[in-house]
Amino acid sequence: MEPIRLIQSKTVVLPRENVDTDQIIPARFLKVTDKKGLGKALFSDWRYDASGAPRPDFVLNQPVAAGCRILVAGDNFGCGSSREHAPWALADYGIQAVVSTRIADIFRSNCLKNGLVPVVLDRESHARLLGAPGAEVTIDLEACTISLPGGGTATFPIDAFARYCLMNGVDELGFLLSQGAAISAFEGAR
Amino acid sequence: MARDSKDGKAKTLFEKVWDAHLVRAETPETPAILYIDLHLVHEVTSPQAFSTLRERGLRVRRPERTLATMDHSTPTLPRLPNGKFPFIDAQAEAQVRQLEKNAADFGVELHGLGDDAQGVVHVFGPEMGATQPGMTVVCGDSHTATHGAFGALAFGIGTSEVSHVLATQCLLQRRAKSLAVRVEGALAKGVSGKDLILAIIAKLGVGGGTGHVLEYTGSAIRALTMEGRMTVCNMSIEAGARAGLIAPDDTTFQWLAGRPRAPKGKDFDAAVARWRTLATDAGATYDREVVIDAAAVAPWITFGTNPGQGIPVNGVVPDPSREADASSRSTLESALRYMGLTPGQKLLGQKIDAVFIGSCTNGRLEDMREAARVMKGNRVKVRTLVVPGSHKVKKAAESEGLDRIFRDAGAEWREPGCSMCIAMNGDNITAGQYCVSTSNRNFEGRQGAGGRTLLASPLTAAAAAVSGAVADPRQMEVG
Repeated sequence: MEPIRLIQSKTVVLPRENVDTDQIIPARFLKVTDKKGLGKALFSDWRYDASGAPRPDFVLNQPVAAGCRILVAGDNFGCGSSREHAPWALADYGIQAVVSTRIADIFRSNCLKNGLVPVVLDRESHARLLGAPGAEVTIDLEACTISLPGGGTATFPIDAFARYCLMNGVDELGFLLSQGAAISAFEGAR
Repeated sequence: MARDSKDGKAKTLFEKVWDAHLVRAETPETPAILYIDLHLVHEVTSPQAFSTLRERGLRVRRPERTLATMDHSTPTLPRLPNGKFPFIDAQAEAQVRQLEKNAADFGVELHGLGDDAQGVVHVFGPEMGATQPGMTVVCGDSHTATHGAFGALAFGIGTSEVSHVLATQCLLQRRAKSLAVRVEGALAKGVSGKDLILAIIAKLGVGGGTGHVLEYTGSAIRALTMEGRMTVCNMSIEAGARAGLIAPDDTTFQWLAGRPRAPKGKDFDAAVARWRTLATDAGATYDREVVIDAAAVAPWITFGTNPGQGIPVNGVVPDPSREADASSRSTLESALRYMGLTPGQKLLGQKIDAVFIGSCTNGRLEDMREAARVMKGNRVKVRTLVVPGSHKVKKAAESEGLDRIFRDAGAEWREPGCSMCIAMNGDNITAGQYCVSTSNRNFEGRQGAGGRTLLASPLTAAAAAVSGAVADPRQMEVG
């Protein structure tokens, strides 16, 4: 994974609550055996009509979304299924951070494995971002801050180990594999 | 496995299971290393994890703790005359073949298509006796919480974590907070575990359990069968909780006795003695507690696009204009728009197009029996799929003649699989159709793009099937 310290981008805003992973990527796209190219299926049923034509009213189809790396969404983003295809699709599309007032547990964990930064904010800071689609924003992972439209920053909590892995491009599997002796000792003691 | 609290501190069931599996305790800088006793694997969330193992030259650390089946992409129609399975497309078949290859290459026990133990992974694991009290159980599937019904700490993981468990039998985890859901009193006639969990989710909200492990306690939970307990634990994730546990008791032990992987003879007795120590100690505390009055729970049905948007079956669809904040109002408005429903309308009598009875939530023998009680001697008025959760369920149901009841009623009796719960295999509804479903998610498009799902119990779903509309099972003549 590429180390991440700063993410600077305009925001794309999806002001819906409880966006579930079935919306992020519908189940019919889960028959793959690799993880490449899922960005084209991101938000497929909101993004395209039944004929496959883009729906002009969906935010990702609007000029403001072009090149955006930061997705700001309503409360409880990523609920539902454990499919890691959801962060794979977001990352493949080009999203590097997801901002909400609450991010579902399994989705958050999956984001961290794929270089996607989960940013959970207080309601007031979140409301400022929701109210300013396309705002130029900076996420500083070292300081755990996000700049807010109109000035100022908000801090966000992130697990120390997860932050270390993101900032250094460390993957958890490598860390776990280095713990082989402790795992063997645990197995031997049972 | 289940060790007593040697430090004398009163502990919850969750704390006991957690503490007994710590390879390394967590610190402010590092998460805990949690040992996993049972890893269930299916075809959809595992291929990329096995690829990671191949790329890094790794093996499966504990094949004997890994157990695979296939369910999501598999057809529920019988084999073709040429002996082949009628997959929806080449991609689905390739995914199934990939799991067969991965299991063979890495020495993992697989019960695949054509095997008489194959089934929906969360029906299959318990039937095998693989899920046992006090264990840690994971699977690349959010409904892994099902196994918490046995007093196991069971939760869904992503595919990267599937590779972690395959390679190291461990996961990096932070300990969740605990939330007791205490259900006191008795459920009324016609009210099941499904109605109870839908009512609990409506109370907690779809994000209300985020960051928590639930423990279901109280007299109404103790009175549930194992099937009912699995239905309740299964949907913990729909309140945002990764896991939901129920303390094991005689109901659990009787259900486990004689299962293929359960301990035998004296070993079983010793295991039961150990399992009895798992229950939450008197004086142990939870981070939060909610109390539910079982007697007040009615047959429940969802009207919206998340499992928390539910009402009693004889209730009315809520009015968004009564929502206090703008965000909740727009969430409700968009759900009603998608569902084509009107504020204040009754759901009773709402015409439907299909009924689905099955899934890891309600695909067990007891669920089949409940549905059959309503369908016996009746005719279904809409397309009705009855899909047993496993071949064992199918065989048991057929030995009781339930398949005849369903077929005589005009319903389709299918082969086991996830089927129309996730609609990956060709079993789906079409845009605009309404389906009363015993599955676990009513998200937009879950049962087919544009489809509209109303979640309910097997009894309520069967009542809808024979009525062609949403119906109150308490008003039906049941056999």
